[in-house]
Amino acid sequence: MLCMSLQAGEIPLGERRSGYEFMGRDTRAMQDDDSTNPALFWLMDGETLWKRKDGVAACSSCHETMKGVAARYPKVAGGRAVNLEQQINACRSERQKAAPLAYESRELLALTAYVARQSRGMPIEAGWNERTEAGRALFTRRQGQLNLACTQCHDDNWGKQLSGTTIPQAHPTGYPIYRLEWQDMGSLQRRLRNCMIGVRAEPYPYGSAELVDLELYLMWRARGMKLETPAVRP
Amino acid sequence: MRFLLLILPFLFFGKALGDDAIPASLTGAKGDPQRGRAIVANRQVGLCLLCHSGPFPEERFQGNLAPDLRSAARLTEGELRLRLVDPARANPQTIMPAYYRTEGLTRVAPSLRGKSILTAEQIEDVVAYLVTLK
Repeated sequence: MLCMSLQAGEIPLGERRSGYEFMGRDTRAMQDDDSTNPALFWLMDGETLWKRKDGVAACSSCHETMKGVAARYPKVAGGRAVNLEQQINACRSERQKAAPLAYESRELLALTAYVARQSRGMPIEAGWNERTEAGRALFTRRQGQLNLACTQCHDDNWGKQLSGTTIPQAHPTGYPIYRLEWQDMGSLQRRLRNCMIGVRAEPYPYGSAELVDLELYLMWRARGMKLETPAVRP
Repeated sequence: MRFLLLILPFLFFGKALGDDAIPASLTGAKGDPQRGRAIVANRQVGLCLLCHSGPFPEERFQGNLAPDLRSAARLTEGELRLRLVDPARANPQTIMPAYYRTEGLTRVAPSLRGKSILTAEQIEDVVAYLVTLK
C-alpha cells in the first residue's frame, strides 16, 4: 500500500480534470458532436478494417464487442507492459497471420480509435505494479537540455500559461486524439514524444518499453476518470 | 568538464560573496542590451517568454509560470548572472533551467549534447538587457 500513497506533487484525486475542461467552447463542441468530430473518418475506416478479412481472419471473426477493453490498457503480462496498439498488432501476427501495422499509420490509428471508442464514458481501470513504478520514475525524472520533468509542469503547474497555452494535467482520457495542431489523429506516444522534443530531450522510440511504462503510469494517474475517445485537443 | 572549469572560480568567489551572485562577466566584456532584448523575446533562443512575462508589448502570448521579468529590477548584475547560469543555487526549488550548463543532464537531444542553452556571450547580452529594467 505504501506505493499507492499520494506522493508529493501528485494531484489529489478529486482535483483531477480532463484536458477537455481546459478547452474553449468551440473545441469542446467539436469533440461532443460526432458529426463534426474530425476523428469520424478514422472511426469509419476502423470499422471497415475491423470487419475486413486480413491474413486468415477479420478481427470481427473472433471478437464481438470491445466494450471496456481500452479502459484496461496498457496491460502487464510477463513483466512487460503492452498497450492497445501493440495488442492489436500481436493479434494480427499471432491470430490473423497478417503483417503488423506501423505506429501512427492511418490503419493502426483507425483500428485503435474504433476499439477505444467502444469504451467511451467508461472509467479507466488501472492497478499498480512494477511497470507503473517504472513509468512514475520516468514521469518525475528531469530530462533534456531544459532539464524538466513531466511532473514539474503537469502536477505542479497545471492551469498556468506556458506561452499562450494552458498547461493541462496530462490525463490520457481520449487517445487516440484528433489534435488541431497536428491536423491529424495521433497516439499517446506521439504526444509524449512531442513533449520530450519540447524539453530538448531525445524522445524514446515508438513502441519502446519506456513509452508504454509512461502510458501505464498515466492511466493509473487517471484511474476512475472517464474515457472520451476520440477526443479533440488544441 | 569545461563547464566545471568555467564555473569553479565563480563558485569560489560566490561563496566569498555570500553565494548569491557571479559578479564577473563570463566573457570579460560587457554585453549588448539590444541583442539581449532580442534573445529574451525569441521563443526559440532565449525561451524566456514561454514562462515569464515582461515589457514586450509586441509579443502577444507570454507565460505566467514564473515572475514578470520586471522583478529583475531588485537584483544586481551579479545576482542576475547567477540566476541565468545556475538558478538552482539561488532557489533549489526553481524549475528554471540552467542556461550555462552542459553536464549532469539526462537524455539531451543528440544535436544539443555538450551545448548550453545560451553561450557566454548571449548570457552577458541578456544580463545587460535585464539591468536596464531597473
